Amino acid sequence: MKSKATSYPYLLWMLVFTVIPLLMVIYYAFTDSTGAFSLHNFVNASDYSEVFLYSLYVALISTLICLVLAYPLAFSISRCTESKQRIIVMFLMVPMWMNFLLRIYAWVLILQNYGPLDTILSFFGLDLTLIGNTGAVVVGMVYEFLPFMILPIHAVMSKIDDSLIEAAQDLGCSGVYVFRKVIFPLSVPGIISGITMVFVPTASTFLVAQYLGGTQFMIGDVIERVFQSDHHTGSAIALVLMVVILGFLVFMNRFGDKEAVTG
Amino acid sequence: MQKDAVVKLEDISFKYSNEVILNHINLEIYDKEFITLLGPSGCGKTTTLRIIAGFETPDEGSVYFEGEKINDVPPHKRSVNTVFQKYALFPHLNVFDNVAFGLKLKKLSKKEIEQKVKAMLAVVDLKGYEKRPVKALSGGQQQRVAIARALVCDPKVVLLDEPLGALDLKLRKDMQIELKQLQQKTQKTFVYVTHDQEEALTMSDRVVVMNNGVIAQIGTPEEVYNEPVNAFVADFIGEANIINGTMLEDCKVKILGKTLNCVDKGFGKNAPVDVVIRPEDIEVIPPEEAQLVGVVEDVVFKGVHFEMSVRCENCQWLIHSTVAQKVGEKIGMTVSPDNIQIMHKMFLNPNNEIFTEVYYSDKEQNTTTFLLEGEEVTIPDTFFEEGEKLHIVLPPDALYIAGDGVGQLDEVYIESVIWKGEHNEIILESDERKWLMHSDVDEQVATYVPVCFDFSKATVERAEEAEDEV
Repeated sequence: MKSKATSYPYLLWMLVFTVIPLLMVIYYAFTDSTGAFSLHNFVNASDYSEVFLYSLYVALISTLICLVLAYPLAFSISRCTESKQRIIVMFLMVPMWMNFLLRIYAWVLILQNYGPLDTILSFFGLDLTLIGNTGAVVVGMVYEFLPFMILPIHAVMSKIDDSLIEAAQDLGCSGVYVFRKVIFPLSVPGIISGITMVFVPTASTFLVAQYLGGTQFMIGDVIERVFQSDHHTGSAIALVLMVVILGFLVFMNRFGDKEAVTG
Repeated sequence: MQKDAVVKLEDISFKYSNEVILNHINLEIYDKEFITLLGPSGCGKTTTLRIIAGFETPDEGSVYFEGEKINDVPPHKRSVNTVFQKYALFPHLNVFDNVAFGLKLKKLSKKEIEQKVKAMLAVVDLKGYEKRPVKALSGGQQQRVAIARALVCDPKVVLLDEPLGALDLKLRKDMQIELKQLQQKTQKTFVYVTHDQEEALTMSDRVVVMNNGVIAQIGTPEEVYNEPVNAFVADFIGEANIINGTMLEDCKVKILGKTLNCVDKGFGKNAPVDVVIRPEDIEVIPPEEAQLVGVVEDVVFKGVHFEMSVRCENCQWLIHSTVAQKVGEKIGMTVSPDNIQIMHKMFLNPNNEIFTEVYYSDKEQNTTTFLLEGEEVTIPDTFFEEGEKLHIVLPPDALYIAGDGVGQLDEVYIESVIWKGEHNEIILESDERKWLMHSDVDEQVATYVPVCFDFSKATVERAEEAEDEV
């Protein structure tokens, strides 16, 4: 009874800030400017399918790079003493205390033509364009979302009981086998939530591509632009993105459940 | 019993961040025996087991397995398997895969693995549970899986680290008998760690009683129960009346002012000793025929017997008898000579004698200060010249634990607490020496406490040539 009463403010919050906006998006997506039912918005939205696929591609690449970087790091952190773990995790969080835009600007400064990195590379005779391409966007994304991959994997790994590792050694596992047979299978839930936490925002974020990607926008930027002139088409694109991400989440959860049972 | 040592620990010492966990341990474990490491928490029994398993490397000493030194052999190459305290079953695998884990690593054929796992699951009464996830099993079933997982690898030695600790009493009793039968059926060496003395007595061929990182006694369950080597063992195993006594001569011991006949010899004349009498060895007789006479203070029915508390002189005696006496009744007590067990004192400086010199003194305040383990300690109402040699005698009741947390010696380790009929005898360990303290309070062993001195109960005198004696 009591718990029900305390949940009312949250229910109200969700209603005002989640459910109603969602219904509004759906309403706009299926109506034209006169308010009549229309699927024309989705036809308009299909103009952006290339950007859409490009966004998913960038998100996928960024997520994979995050995973490759984060997994060994999370693993080695989880092997440290608890006090060390706390300090390292805190340092991982420090960049997140800074404004999102500032961090992107920092990358613009680092990567820009005649910027520090460009100067160093041209010194070695490498004449590359570091900014305004997909690579720069991926770098920005990975930098932005790496902690979201490390933290869930670390959380799961640090909970693996030492006695399980000892049990594996006891039963004849050398170091590599302990990892393959025990640590990796038990860390899969962390990987799943890490992928989810990185893929979803990278697919839908905006600004990163605007600053680092030159002319190549991502779907988040497109939604922002389109919304400024046409709520209906903007809503339609947002809705499609939402459905795709929802599908992705369902898929990941299925995969996670299966993995946990069969190893 | 065969006398081939499968595992031999030679002069093993182990420290963990400067704390001595094991202090020169020597132990031989024979083939096919059920040996139990028994002791209170923090005595080093689990560390000993982990050294045999290979999870810890001793700082000093050697571990031998079938005559071969294995100090540097990693756990996965040792022919021992462990049953862990909280089972440590792999949560991502089902029962079959948990048990098959070790066999798969040995690269056996699928058919062979299946055969062995099935056979082992039948041994531990888990036929038909192959496909169940381990999380869906009860504590007792998980325990069986853990045992099967260790046994299926066919190790020479099975190490069990308090495996029954998490089970309820009834299940634990059943599992004790099952484990013992399993050990006899499989003909393997079991090394079992527990703090439960009853468990140790029930299952073991031999019991190793440990305390404070050393082995107090090794023997059969009967030996450690009937012939404990010191007050710690007597107190830890079973219930006991432990009383201070004096060995007048061979076969004559004086307790509570009465001389009793016993069967122990070789303690010398007028030697202070600890005397152990088990509660079931005391016979109740009419008071006029008895040397020891007491008044019944309390009677509790325990199912098989009555547990009676009897006050005799200043001492509280515990008696187990099938016949209940009335509370307030005067009874006589007698013990047959071979049921009186005489033991050497655990502690040889019962008056806490200190030889030191005056650090500084204050004539006006009438105080004398000396240095004790780097701390200044001031004796009130006593004056000696600076630099003078002192002989301080602090009888056990001059020590007390500081209630406000600030003692003259902070951080003193409580090594043992033994009830001696009228008070607890507590052995304390500070940085440089051990202390004997009397207390009515049951202090917690293996904790650190601040200790104060009551100098009104102490004697402080000028030390003469006495220094040579210590």
